Amino acid sequence: MPPALRAVLGKLITTLIVLFGVSILIFCIARIIPGDPVRIALGPNASQDMVDALRAQMHLDAPLVTQYVYFLRDVLHGDFGMSLYSKRPVIADIAQFLPATLELMIVAGIIMVGVGLPMGILAARTRDRWPDHLVRVITLLGVSAPGFVWAVVLMLIFAYFVPIFPIAGRISNSFQIPQVTGFMLVDTLLAGNLAAFADAFRHIILPACALAVTGIGQSARLTRANMVETYRKPYAEMAQSYGFPAGRIARRYVFKPSLIPSLTVIGLDFASMLGGAFLVESVFAWPGLSRYGVNVILVKDLNGIVGTVLVIAATFLIMNIIVDLLVWWLNPRFRLGGRS
Amino acid sequence: MKKAFAILLSNPLSVLGLVLIAFVVLSAVFADVITPFPSHRGAVVDFANFNQPPHWPNIFGTDLVGRDLFTRIIYAYRVSLLMGLFVLLIAPPVGTVIGLMAGYMGPKTGYALNRLTDVFLSVPPLVLAMAIMGVLKPTLTNGMLAITVMWWPWYARLVYNITRAERVEGYVLAAEVIGASKWHIMFREILPNCLPAVITKMTLDFGFVILMASSLSFLGLGVQPPTPDLGSMVAEGAKYLPDSWWLTVFPGLAILIAVFGFNLLGDALRDMLEAE
Repeated sequence: MPPALRAVLGKLITTLIVLFGVSILIFCIARIIPGDPVRIALGPNASQDMVDALRAQMHLDAPLVTQYVYFLRDVLHGDFGMSLYSKRPVIADIAQFLPATLELMIVAGIIMVGVGLPMGILAARTRDRWPDHLVRVITLLGVSAPGFVWAVVLMLIFAYFVPIFPIAGRISNSFQIPQVTGFMLVDTLLAGNLAAFADAFRHIILPACALAVTGIGQSARLTRANMVETYRKPYAEMAQSYGFPAGRIARRYVFKPSLIPSLTVIGLDFASMLGGAFLVESVFAWPGLSRYGVNVILVKDLNGIVGTVLVIAATFLIMNIIVDLLVWWLNPRFRLGGRS
Repeated sequence: MKKAFAILLSNPLSVLGLVLIAFVVLSAVFADVITPFPSHRGAVVDFANFNQPPHWPNIFGTDLVGRDLFTRIIYAYRVSLLMGLFVLLIAPPVGTVIGLMAGYMGPKTGYALNRLTDVFLSVPPLVLAMAIMGVLKPTLTNGMLAITVMWWPWYARLVYNITRAERVEGYVLAAEVIGASKWHIMFREILPNCLPAVITKMTLDFGFVILMASSLSFLGLGVQPPTPDLGSMVAEGAKYLPDSWWLTVFPGLAILIAVFGFNLLGDALRDMLEAE
């Protein structure tokens, strides 16, 4: 087994340990809730017998450690209990709402990389001249306001003053698209409905841009920093003294090796959009997991909160592993079996 | 120190950052003097004047119950700065001690502490803070606690990485050879070398704590009315777009100005740190 692959496997085991820790953390948070969760679930009119019965059924009369074991067993069976908010199993709610959030994140991730990396390359190539300073100010501004402010700004400009994009939702009501994958852009294509695809695409642009702003700033700054460092490497200086075209040096000799250290952090930025989505979805009424998460928190739906946070943590950790694998695969030093 | 200050002052962007921070801090401190309607920070109503666009003397307009928006924004800065101060008084010391111990106390302690840090880092910070606020009462103190709980791991990770690099340096080995205690090496030898990075991160984080706090209250999980808060003002105003644009644009701009100031200064500090 190549050492790099072993490192990835080791990371996988660490991830499982961490996920176990997260489940304990979330279990603890769920148990510090003030008030009796059974009473909250049944309402003030329930009789004491009903309360006692449900408490025994939920194992709330058992010691904390036993409760945790029951909790872990249910979670491992994919059972997060019933949601007080939607009166459905929490896992069904999550299955319904997660794809919308993932779709938004993926489009935002493409925008982040597609805009952030070129900005970073531009800044590195024009280091300490005005385009570099301009990129620095723009990226610092980008990370200086939360996603909901950018969401409101984009909405005001591109949905109200210059109404070229729709204000809210995933798709216009006139389209009836059968749900296959839960990803609207994929489902419309599967249905062969190009007009619906275009409509869904127009709906996703503004929220995805709002979600991407912070990531654009961070990925541009990181790309610049790593490229500036690579420009100082002897081989880059040699390429310059040979008189190779500046564009070719930037792309082939400097950008590529700089991408690998950037990629891990860009992957983290991408995964942290799971948090940012909470702010953007509520502005654009995007029917995703984040909006569901806010709603279950506001009504103190314990099962809903625990399920949502656990799924988000698991998604976050899975994304980190994918990024690690991607970095490993992209780095020729690892891929070709050498040592790092 | 003097030299560092001179470098800062020679960079127009960091000067702008200092000016913005000074503006935010001074206006929050002297809010009682500079705001035209100090009583509007509370639960006052003036229905004769409600939802007015910017005009004199309400230069940012008025909100839905007729309170002066400029006054409320300046008082909201007090809440934001208090939040930042509280979180950054607690999270960095806690994280630093844990990072030092994880980096120097041996592989087993290190592994355990690092996995503990990982647990907190594996949930997006906003989501964890939301979950905590969801089960607690949404008050200012609980908000500060929720943000602190998810903030220390970043310092633990930062200090851990520095400690790992420093523990093989000659000065640490020398201290070990003459028989200095672990505590002496951690706190008197290694810690001073972590401080520049920690202080730089604290400057940047002051802005990010303000972002996080406003995000929580934007979702209805932070400071509750009638206490003025930038995030909940944006949330409230967003329902009345585009007609009552001033309700969202000015609080949003206020967040941007404050956080931008701390980012400009923190960015300049980081450049200086890396140049060393």
